[in-house]
Amino acid sequence: MVNIAVLVKQVPDTNSKIQIAGDMVDLSTVKMDISPYDEFAVENALQHKESGGGTVTAITLGGAGADKVLKGVKALGVDNIVRLDADGYMDSNSLQSVLAEEISSGGYDVVYCGKSAADTGAGSTGPGIAERLGWSSVSNVTEISFDGGLTVTSPAEGGNAIIDVSLPAVVSCDKGSIKVRKSNVKGIMMAKRAQVDVKAVSPPASSVTIVSQVMPPAKPAGKKFEGGDAAQTVAQLLRDEANII
Amino acid sequence: MTETVVIAELSKGKISSTTNELVTAASKLGSNCTIVVPCTESSVANEASNIAGASKVIAAKSDVFANYDASAWAEAIDAVAPSGIIITAASAQSKDLAARLAARRSISVIQDVIEIEGTTLSTPIYSGKAIQNVSVSGNTAISVRANVFAPADNTGNCEVQVIDTTGNVATALKEMVQRASQRLDVSEANIIISGGRGMGTPANFSHLEEIADKLGAAVGASRAAVDTWDEIPHSMQVGQTGKTVNPNLYIAVGISGAIQHLAGMRSSKYIVAINKDADAPIFQHADYGIVATWEDALPVLSSSLSGLLG
Ligand SMILES: Cc1cc2nc3c(=O)[nH]c(=O)nc-3n(C[C@H](O)[C@H](O)[C@H](O)COP(=O)(O)OP(=O)(O)OC[C@H]3O[C@@H](n4cnc5c(N)ncnc54)[C@H](O)[C@@H]3O)c2cc1C
Repeated sequence: MVNIAVLVKQVPDTNSKIQIAGDMVDLSTVKMDISPYDEFAVENALQHKESGGGTVTAITLGGAGADKVLKGVKALGVDNIVRLDADGYMDSNSLQSVLAEEISSGGYDVVYCGKSAADTGAGSTGPGIAERLGWSSVSNVTEISFDGGLTVTSPAEGGNAIIDVSLPAVVSCDKGSIKVRKSNVKGIMMAKRAQVDVKAVSPPASSVTIVSQVMPPAKPAGKKFEGGDAAQTVAQLLRDEANII
Repeated sequence: MTETVVIAELSKGKISSTTNELVTAASKLGSNCTIVVPCTESSVANEASNIAGASKVIAAKSDVFANYDASAWAEAIDAVAPSGIIITAASAQSKDLAARLAARRSISVIQDVIEIEGTTLSTPIYSGKAIQNVSVSGNTAISVRANVFAPADNTGNCEVQVIDTTGNVATALKEMVQRASQRLDVSEANIIISGGRGMGTPANFSHLEEIADKLGAAVGASRAAVDTWDEIPHSMQVGQTGKTVNPNLYIAVGISGAIQHLAGMRSSKYIVAINKDADAPIFQHADYGIVATWEDALPVLSSSLSGLLG
């Protein structure tokens, strides 16, 4: 019986428009959703459980608003849902300390997470937690096989590496070829009644402070040409103006 | 005096010029720069000793560097790297390593840095829809995006110290599956030509490959292309749920420029768009836009490149 954890994060829907109010991003009117790669992590966690039995606990860190994401994965078949109650910015050191403590006290054998979150794009959490726990980690995993231990595929220079992973380990998940399951009405009804296990945390102080969030500098208007013959002009510009070819 | 530690980026067993860019980034953060070269043969590190601005090169020699194992690499590098601000490239592997090294030293990690102004670091957030500026106190680990900082030149000459090191390899490499094609992966390439649904059929990607071969470029794809055609693997997908790329040149062919595609390529240095629809959103991000069908534009591009490249 494997004790499986999956880390999920609530982020702005990737279709949403990001706006700045003052000198910070204003997310007050933005629709929030589970970070896309976390969906693959949840699917892999559920398949791991189905391959030989066990329990899957989804863990998020955030305010009460993040319960929606937990209920969403509960509806897919996750057993337990845990929210580490924290709001506001934490640097990677504080965030990972808190998560590593929770993983350690939960006695998990394996942790799945997305390869990066759609808001920061950092991808630091999985490997960072593994290091703190003294576990192995494999990142950007595209394929997983559970037959006789955990075997994963992850990109390496010139191709892919197929790697045997012994537990405990953290696996950060890329898209790959698996199809993620959808929730059904029964699952959604059950998730509605499910209790989120809310836990207080005491993160260490951050050494990183957000100074401001701004729009990216506008790109100067490009040159636009009509007709396929313009490709010759563009090739010349790539040499003379851009110095690329 | 702030110490900086650059972890050399290697490509095909050699120091890549990204390492020179990292040294430039280091010079903005501190004045004493040590380059650590993870290697199985210390001779690899000699090239790094020419990078202007480096005060010292440490050839961290160990068998663990034959294949990537995150925990062993972090352990072995940590053992030989001085304390200071750790600077790595922002390739998938090096970001992973930066995160583990930072956690090992209980410091914070800041990924994908695109600007350094005093102690303020800028990184893209929300897939580049906004930029976050942070200030850092004390040591940290940062990964730096490629093609952002000018590479330091190779006019230096500093000491190379070879240190044997080791780490506990926690995973077992079963097999390396080489890509069937000799072409670069989008995550490794400095020039990328990508096709979208507008290519019509997967067989038409051969026209992109022809140009890619002339430019030494990788071939990428939009999600619509990957989802529609089995012949186009997900490893080629650029975007929100594909790869984030930062090449010198990105050529988008028959790609509309959906926000999730832009998420993966908008920070490319130069963007060329070929699309038959003059109103396609991709043109708002293109340095050079060609309103034409690819059937009309690609043959001209191909022969012009042949002319220019000889
Ligand atoms: C959560 C989420 C994640 C996503 N992740 C990604 C991602 O990682 N990457 C990604 O790309 N998309 C992603 N998408 C999908 C994205 O929204 C778009 O649907 C997709 O990028 C469209 O691909 P396309 O531009 O190839 O196709 P289309 O939008 O159909 O555009 C085709 C273009 O080709 C042009 N065209 C047609 N014929 C020709 C011709 N003969 N010559 C020249 N031009 C021609 C048309 O004018 C049109 O602009 C994601 C969506 C969601 C919701």
